[in-house]
Amino acid sequence: MKNSLRASFKRGSMAGVATLGASALLLTACGAAPEAGSTSTEGASDYTGCIVSDSGGFDDQSFNQSSYEGLKKAETDLGIKVNQVESKTNNDFEPNLRAMVSAGCDLTVTVGFLLGDATKAQAEANPDSHFAIVDFGYETPIANVKPIIYDTAQAAFLAGYLAAGTTKTGTVATFGGIKLPTVTIFMDGYADGVKYYNEQKGKDVKLLGWNKEAQDGSFTGDFEKQDVGKQLTQNFLDQGADIVMPVAGPVGKGAGSALKEAKAAGKDVKLIWVDSDGYLTAPDYKDIMLSSVMKTMGEAVENVVKEDKEGSFDNTPYVGTLANEGVQLAPFHDLDSQVPAELKSELDQIKKDIIDGKLKVESAASPKA
Amino acid sequence: MSDKHSPKHSSSGPAGTSRQASSAEEQTAAVVSVDTAGGAMEPSAVPATAQSGQLPGGPDTLLRKIFTGSGMVSVLAVLLALIIGGLLIASTDKQVATTSTYLFARPTDFLAAVWNAATRSYIALFQGSVFNPRGNGIASQFAPFMETLTIATPLITAGLGVALAFRAGLFNIGAQGQIIVAGILAAWVGFALELPMGLHLLLVLVAGIIGGAFWGGLVGLLKARTGAHEVILTIMFNYIALYFLRYLLNTPAFQRPGESNPISPILDPTAVYPQILGSQYRLHLGFLLAIAATVLVWWLLNRSTVGFEFRAVGANPKAAQTAGINVSRSTILVMAIAGGLAGMSGVAQVAGTEKVLTDGVAATYGFDAITVALLGRSTPWGTFAAGLLFGAFRAGAVQMQIQTGTPIDIVLVVQSLIVLFIAAPPLVRAIFGLNPRRRKPARPATSREAATTGGAA
Repeated sequence: MKNSLRASFKRGSMAGVATLGASALLLTACGAAPEAGSTSTEGASDYTGCIVSDSGGFDDQSFNQSSYEGLKKAETDLGIKVNQVESKTNNDFEPNLRAMVSAGCDLTVTVGFLLGDATKAQAEANPDSHFAIVDFGYETPIANVKPIIYDTAQAAFLAGYLAAGTTKTGTVATFGGIKLPTVTIFMDGYADGVKYYNEQKGKDVKLLGWNKEAQDGSFTGDFEKQDVGKQLTQNFLDQGADIVMPVAGPVGKGAGSALKEAKAAGKDVKLIWVDSDGYLTAPDYKDIMLSSVMKTMGEAVENVVKEDKEGSFDNTPYVGTLANEGVQLAPFHDLDSQVPAELKSELDQIKKDIIDGKLKVESAASPKA
Repeated sequence: MSDKHSPKHSSSGPAGTSRQASSAEEQTAAVVSVDTAGGAMEPSAVPATAQSGQLPGGPDTLLRKIFTGSGMVSVLAVLLALIIGGLLIASTDKQVATTSTYLFARPTDFLAAVWNAATRSYIALFQGSVFNPRGNGIASQFAPFMETLTIATPLITAGLGVALAFRAGLFNIGAQGQIIVAGILAAWVGFALELPMGLHLLLVLVAGIIGGAFWGGLVGLLKARTGAHEVILTIMFNYIALYFLRYLLNTPAFQRPGESNPISPILDPTAVYPQILGSQYRLHLGFLLAIAATVLVWWLLNRSTVGFEFRAVGANPKAAQTAGINVSRSTILVMAIAGGLAGMSGVAQVAGTEKVLTDGVAATYGFDAITVALLGRSTPWGTFAAGLLFGAFRAGAVQMQIQTGTPIDIVLVVQSLIVLFIAAPPLVRAIFGLNPRRRKPARPATSREAATTGGAA
């Protein structure tokens, strides 16, 4: 009896929910129909820009996503058509690229070194199609492929100097996702920045997680497991670090949550984000976000599309530097007050020196072009 | 061993033995699903209903027979998958979202948009995997089918490895690791050694098969000697292989000169499979080898003494031992052969399609192979057909994504639904209310069922 009562009560509440849902649907579905015969008035351009991701997908919070957003921006700004395809495994690269070419893409953007061979093969087989590859450069240039690469060490150098100048414990840390040149270049620059600070100030700020000479350090092993990033960060905190720069895409959130917990426990800790301005893209960690080492991939992709659309495609690599603002140190946002004015002016000076070439930032992973 | 007479009726090893205790209804279901095997196999000569005797419960009217028959269930399975998949696709479609805002002002727009979104996707799937009428000339019209065969190649060989182990009662999750180890050895031989044409490729193939056989055989050895469970062993061996590969790719010996990206040099032209139908298709020699492997496994299982021993061990290891079969030897041997078959997939990857070694060399083939083997009911030709079906899905996914803008994840969800419904006819019958009414939970008929289905797995 009790059961049947409960059942009928449940049924009643279900019906209520259903009614609610249905009325919500009704309300949203009550809009007026557009005039018959009205067609969508999108940009009338015949130009098609396409993009093929690596297995990270367009929601990787890293280079796939930035490049994709750049192309989507070109879609609205330039009125081009956009075709996109995500690769689930390395096996998909070649079929995906082939399909893009046969779908009539004028320019196809490919993302990451893993697509290097497939892009090369398709570029050589289709000399009339244009390609751009993000984060990878060829030793011998290909006539219809434009590499988009970054001298990230320059901006990471600033981040290292900033970290060394802001640390309270005299220890800072970094870790990577997988040991790739595009990851270690961040860590190299960061390490050099810390070292430069020590030389200039006669201090002894320690860096955990990366040894530039040995080219070895801490890695989480992939760009997915946030808990491993959290663990690593907790280890760094236990060893006395108070500023951490994770170079691991979404795994950086693991570092963020470890730091947030430490902050809640009363520690003064800070996070340095990479790739995009973390204050905007990872707002959960706003209150500990010191700065970010940004690679402005979206802008670069949009520019390449724009150039190609205007008929001025060339295959000289685009190298993002501090000078052309392809790499930047993000603003300090909420933590602006915690960075001394003196340190800010020193950072400006270093930036100027790097741009003028007075200060050389070198990494084994720096673009050779 | 009734297997020889009706190979499709055997259930896979570990599941098959426990099934004897299950209800008659499940028996029927199993037989039906065996009969369809992914809808890709030819139907059994004897209809499932006839094989399993009377349906439990309910009078057997002619109408009822038709609707619970295996053919009807397959059709319904595909139909159901297409409908649910279509709705999913429609729910992600922009046009559908736009028209739904004025659903009541002009409902035809909305319905047309839903219909368009779904049909466009399925047409794209077909055009991407079988035949593309918009291609220039017959060669490019059939290019999608060639792509299907190409992608099916590693699935078939790895699936055969898994299926073979199933038949010997071993749940082999290790195809992934076996592919990786095979890929490492084959790729190294391919890019590090310089050998004349022919010999080089042969050595690549042999290295790959040996690598896979070693990795699989090791599991068999550990199981035979120590009794450690093969599922744990193979899962762990997958990890060992993957991380070992990642380590190797960080050493200069496996990197391109002057680069530090974890990607090996390209294999020498003498070390890669020739493209058997010209350079416009990716289809390579590996596909013919996959056919050969299927024949070989069929012969091994159904015509050879060794295969008979495998099946006997799979059916009942204790009885097999009593009958004088060396169970340890069989375990090691079957795992080595399964590994060798998975190794062929590794070779198909590095010498066929990828031509380089990366940490994604095995893609998800090792795990897809398990589904392929299950879908193929662990029979060689069933696995072959299931491999083709999976290959078609993978090949079609690209076109589905590009032509319709359906997100790849939705594409994979739809495809998984199709496989789910095809592989689980009882589910479909439950949804359509076709399940025979349950009057008595167990019936004496069960014992007969067990004799035909649970036996020599």
